[in-house]
Amino acid sequence: MARYLLHRLALGIVVLFGLMVATFLIVHLVPGDPIRQALGGRASPDQVAAIRHNVGLDDPLPVQFWDYLKNALSGNFGTSFVQNASVGELVGHRIAPSAILIGYGMFVAIAIGVPLAILAAVRPNGVTDHSVRLVATLSFAMPLFWLGLVLALVFGLKLGWFPVSGYESGVGGVMRTLTLPAFTLGLALTVVVVRVLRSSLLEVLQTDYIDAARARGFSERRIVGKHALRNAVMPTITILAINVGFLIGNTVVVEAIFRIPGLGSLLVEGVQRSDYQLVQGLVLLAGATVVLASLFADLLQAFIDPRVRLAGR
Amino acid sequence: MSVATVELKAAPRTRARRDWLSTPVLIGAVIVALLALAALLAPLIAPYKPNDVDFLNPVAPPSWAHPMGTDDAGRDVFSRSLYGLRLDLAIVLLVTYVPLPIGVLLGAISGSFGGKTDAMISRVADVMLAFPFFVLVIAIIAIVGPGLKGVLIGVPLAGWALYTRLSRSEMLVLREQPFMLATTALGYTRARSILRHAVPNLMRTALIYSTLDMVVNLLLLASLSYLGLGKQPPGAELGTIIAGGQPYLLSAWWISTLPGLILVLFGVGVGLIGDGLSDGRLRGRS
Amino acid sequence: MSLLRIDGLHVEFGPLVAVHDAGLEVGPGEFVGLIGESGSGKTLTCRSILRLLPRGASMSAREISFDGRDVQAMSGAELRALRAREIGMIFQDPFSTLNPVFRVGEQLAETLRVNLGMKKAAARAEAIELLGHVGIPDPPRRFLSYPHELSGGMRQRVMIAMAMAAKPRMLIADEPTTALDVTTQEQILELLLRLRREHDMAVVLVSHDFGVIAQVCDRVAVMYGGFVVESATVETIYQRPEHPYTRALLESVPSLESAGRRARRQAIEGQPPELSEQVAGCVFRPRCRFARDSCGEVSMALEEVAPAHACACPVRPFARTAVRT
Repeated sequence: MARYLLHRLALGIVVLFGLMVATFLIVHLVPGDPIRQALGGRASPDQVAAIRHNVGLDDPLPVQFWDYLKNALSGNFGTSFVQNASVGELVGHRIAPSAILIGYGMFVAIAIGVPLAILAAVRPNGVTDHSVRLVATLSFAMPLFWLGLVLALVFGLKLGWFPVSGYESGVGGVMRTLTLPAFTLGLALTVVVVRVLRSSLLEVLQTDYIDAARARGFSERRIVGKHALRNAVMPTITILAINVGFLIGNTVVVEAIFRIPGLGSLLVEGVQRSDYQLVQGLVLLAGATVVLASLFADLLQAFIDPRVRLAGR
Repeated sequence: MSVATVELKAAPRTRARRDWLSTPVLIGAVIVALLALAALLAPLIAPYKPNDVDFLNPVAPPSWAHPMGTDDAGRDVFSRSLYGLRLDLAIVLLVTYVPLPIGVLLGAISGSFGGKTDAMISRVADVMLAFPFFVLVIAIIAIVGPGLKGVLIGVPLAGWALYTRLSRSEMLVLREQPFMLATTALGYTRARSILRHAVPNLMRTALIYSTLDMVVNLLLLASLSYLGLGKQPPGAELGTIIAGGQPYLLSAWWISTLPGLILVLFGVGVGLIGDGLSDGRLRGRS
Repeated sequence: MSLLRIDGLHVEFGPLVAVHDAGLEVGPGEFVGLIGESGSGKTLTCRSILRLLPRGASMSAREISFDGRDVQAMSGAELRALRAREIGMIFQDPFSTLNPVFRVGEQLAETLRVNLGMKKAAARAEAIELLGHVGIPDPPRRFLSYPHELSGGMRQRVMIAMAMAAKPRMLIADEPTTALDVTTQEQILELLLRLRREHDMAVVLVSHDFGVIAQVCDRVAVMYGGFVVESATVETIYQRPEHPYTRALLESVPSLESAGRRARRQAIEGQPPELSEQVAGCVFRPRCRFARDSCGEVSMALEEVAPAHACACPVRPFARTAVRT
């Protein structure tokens, strides 16, 4: 188990390095001049050149990359010349709402998705099964921001249950301000969870060891809840990890709809102001999160299924 | 009647019902076709021009004159939506079907050559895919600048990697197929073998996947415009219309919600086609 | 007074009938075998005792009684109690019948906790002891093993331990040795015999291998095409088989004694009937050497041809003939 862990960790670090290279290259090789855009049309070429020089954009690329790498390893992800603050600082201030939102969204997806999947699997082709599949098709086609607006309209404005913008910390505040966003975020994920879990549950429920468990006189609840579920969650964990990327992308939109001061809206602001250092840092963070989530999923699977530990060697 | 004169009649040629033209596919195809047609003929069908303002009639609820109501500047939401759909579909076609052949080709090369080429191409694709797609596109737009130009550069740049990964794994299987081995035995060049024989097969999967991709890209485009990073207001685009309606959500809900239904409808139509096609494909295999 | 009585068992999958009018009787402590080719209905018959049929199957019987109680009328809770404490079952493939993500000791201890209400520590201790009881070496270490870390024979022993945990009055063994090599097969059969002796437990053993049946069973019922065609003690079946199918089955088994002689094994010509085939009269008729026209109208009812010997063949071509050579 420990060996598997180390192996995956080492792999993760390599990928992270690749991410840094990629982020750097994207930012520096894509055609466009963010400096000029940030300064606006009135800036003179001299002003633009001066800033370019200050920021280090005149140095040859490898030198720039080396600086970037050195700084990154010591925790310095650059300074935004637009906002005159370090990227680390800017991110640090706004990370909490985003992290909580994503966590809340995943919680919603699991809390609703798992029971629904179990219901649908235990009664295949029943009412639950068909309605779940119908909702799945619909929600896939639905733009997230539209869904968010509709939810905001109905539950926020018309019914007045929740506020439709802003963020408050603390447990009560989070429940008030982040519930609608979390549900918006979590709905698409719920559908994914239900689909995958239902299908793997159906498969597992046909196996011999479930049959044997029934022959031992265990109740259906124990059989489904303990024996079947533990085997069936594996593909679900994989799929959830794959979806972390989408989740992060969706967070950007959801934060915009509900005016939540998190990293998503920070990113949008950064783009609007052509703050490329900030964008660079945020993109790196996003990529790193996806990689970490994937790593975490692998570890979780190794913990649940002993056969995975063998394969990992 | 002697046996010798018995005629062998050919079995009547039954018109084989094509597996993949099942009901869900038909419904989906009809929906998509109608929407596409409406978008194409927008200049002819739309009752108003998308930027015709009418300050005497702002935020009017849906009526016969204005099926989707008017927005804060009195513009007809329905007409704007039609023009918006037109723009969206055009862009979506571009940003989906430009990276597709490039990605497939790269994947085919990668899978076919193996070794260092494969390692290099795969690494790059994997790293691209490690970033959330949306975030990556936004990052590219950050450098290029907001607006349609950014979208047209950003999405293809971020999107090729998926097709590469898809085609590569298919290629790995394909290259062991007898007909592929035959091309080598016949002495065909690598290029001909890949381009004329492998790629057409790879295209099939890629095209089926592209239906999903189109919906994703459409939503992506609308989302970007909603955020103000795509088509800039006051241009008519579904995302910008919806964004424009947000301040009036309580009083004039129709501005934001009704155009969204068009997107949902499109997604459902494509989804039905995609589901139906992949089912038919599975049936065809047996 | 028989421990288990099945009479008139019918199992169908929609319109397809898999088991027709099967019957079985098992006395306390008796070792009864159920033999037949695959598709004969023997597995479904033994599973119907616990009402453990696959999805889509429905069953009905004139009687299924265990210890005088009507199994068909049992509620969900009663049925679970039956499975948990009175009848144990082991299956053919010991790999797929153990949950791969839990340790074997834990699975065994779980049975003890849930079915016998033991506390955690007591269950653990008892589980280790049970593992030793069924012949697993170094039980405390093996307690922590995962199924994929054990050999086929050991896994089957674990399954037996789990089935025996509640000291059931009867054990149903559905082809327990089919997936094992011959040496291990021997060991498992020995284990079953020992357990039967020590616990005075009845065993229903299902197999397609007559060698296995002959080794351990007291009585045997022969099944073909969903019917029971003959039942008697193992001795009787071996020496005075009455039904043509039983005969053919025996003749197709190589015996060590025939090694010296040139007599070739007789394979039975033809194939057993498909589920969807409806055969009029005797179900073995298409492959039977002794079939007469009247066999097309025969019912498959068992007739007693001698004390404790029933046969479904009215023709009885071997009646009072010499024993098989």
